[in-house]
Amino acid sequence: MTRISLLTASLLIVSAQCLAEVSSSRQTELMYFLKHDCGSCHGMTLKGGLGPALLPERLAGKPRALLVTTIMEGRQGTAMPPWKSMLSYDEASWITDQLLTGTITQTEVASESTPGALRK
Amino acid sequence: MIRLVLLFAMLLCSLTAGARGTGDLGIVIERATGTVQVIETTNNSSLGRINGLGDLSHASAVYSRDGRYAYIFGRDGGLSKVDILNNKVVNRTLQSGNSIGGAISQDGRLVAVSNYKPGGVKIFDADSLQLVADIPAIYGTNKQLSKVIGLVDAPGQKFVFSLWDAGEIWVADMSDTTKPKITKFKGIGQQPYDALITPDGRYYIAGLFGEDGMAMLDLWNLDAGVKRILDNYGKGEQKLPVYKMPHLEGWAIAGNLAFVPAIGRHEVLVIDILNWKEAGRIKVHGQPVFVMARPDGRNIWVNFSVPNNDTLQVIDTQSLKIVKTLKPGKGVLHMEFEPRGEEVWASVRDEDRLAVFDTETFEQVASFEAIKPSGIFMTSRAHRTGL
Repeated sequence: MTRISLLTASLLIVSAQCLAEVSSSRQTELMYFLKHDCGSCHGMTLKGGLGPALLPERLAGKPRALLVTTIMEGRQGTAMPPWKSMLSYDEASWITDQLLTGTITQTEVASESTPGALRK
Repeated sequence: MIRLVLLFAMLLCSLTAGARGTGDLGIVIERATGTVQVIETTNNSSLGRINGLGDLSHASAVYSRDGRYAYIFGRDGGLSKVDILNNKVVNRTLQSGNSIGGAISQDGRLVAVSNYKPGGVKIFDADSLQLVADIPAIYGTNKQLSKVIGLVDAPGQKFVFSLWDAGEIWVADMSDTTKPKITKFKGIGQQPYDALITPDGRYYIAGLFGEDGMAMLDLWNLDAGVKRILDNYGKGEQKLPVYKMPHLEGWAIAGNLAFVPAIGRHEVLVIDILNWKEAGRIKVHGQPVFVMARPDGRNIWVNFSVPNNDTLQVIDTQSLKIVKTLKPGKGVLHMEFEPRGEEVWASVRDEDRLAVFDTETFEQVASFEAIKPSGIFMTSRAHRTGL
């Protein structure tokens, strides 16, 4: 029984990966959502805040399925809520891919400052 | 002779032309571009933009007591002092890796910043932005550093703040700037997420994320320790996911009643401050983020987290009923009342605009462009404890 549910689970994950198609207009919305709404805890540049940094180097080595599940189901004992009422699994998968490849951090916010810099 | 007098008069005019007070000014954080707009509320207009402030997602500001300078706390640890009369940055330091907010001391000479990374509070000279004191938020047997939230100023040159990871409240007495005196209160509850101080500077109240209730410290009676209030407002009920941490900013208070956001619930909680017991709950449109009283205390304005952040609701503090629901547009992140409360400004992030409403008629009286606006801070904060 366990084996069958494991098999089902892995099939589900595989199919989620295959089916992860998100329309380009929805992609724009999700990118905005990631930056501004996820960003209220993880930082707009995803360098972290109340929630941890979500930069590629920080996420490297973590199983993709774990990341997708964290987005959808949240994480107990932390401030991370489940987002499944607002996102589909495909959308969470797509967001995960953007995080892993670092696409989001290449957008316009430039960190122009250096420590102790004085600007006039 | 006449020519000389004329010349003198002209000279005088040109000298005084630029002079103005700041009592009707404010700033609006433009979170995506690292800029702020300076606004004025006499005619409701924008007076320009200040650039180069770093990552302003989740930024906040406090004012110098002369109302001329705003200290802006950026997410990237940047602390900037800006001159709002001349629209320029006069001083700036990158004081940590990741910060969340700040406060200015009672005497206006110290600016404190609460940091996530490295967790703690740093205190700076308000003029030079030179470091005066560094208070790492060390806790537990492993000497970990906690993220710090809910930093406010209090009478007696004190700063009060809470430790998210540790569940502690600390009071830092800065009467002697060379020897900060820290009083720690442990075991105040799990994951304090934000805090406020009553306008008289007496009660410091931290909201708890990890459990129901709030932790209250009476600063006039520190020996009495921290008391738990509203400790059963969610007992036995299914917790709702919290899509955005509520803010406890200022103190929505009217008569004996205080109004605070219920965490995770579509409710505003009413507290009777004579006995600190729950006095009611008001069903609202979504998860409340800011619950703010109009300066006269007659109405409470509430905004909401995603997916309900296109709405503002107004509660009447006598009937405890919702008297108005407004739909300014997606991404209503913050509201700020004009000093005497006849108008309120709202940031509508996703529409890249600011909306100004008459607080009696609820009509929109002005709207103008701002790039991804978030926090709005009027100079009237300069003279209020905890803001």
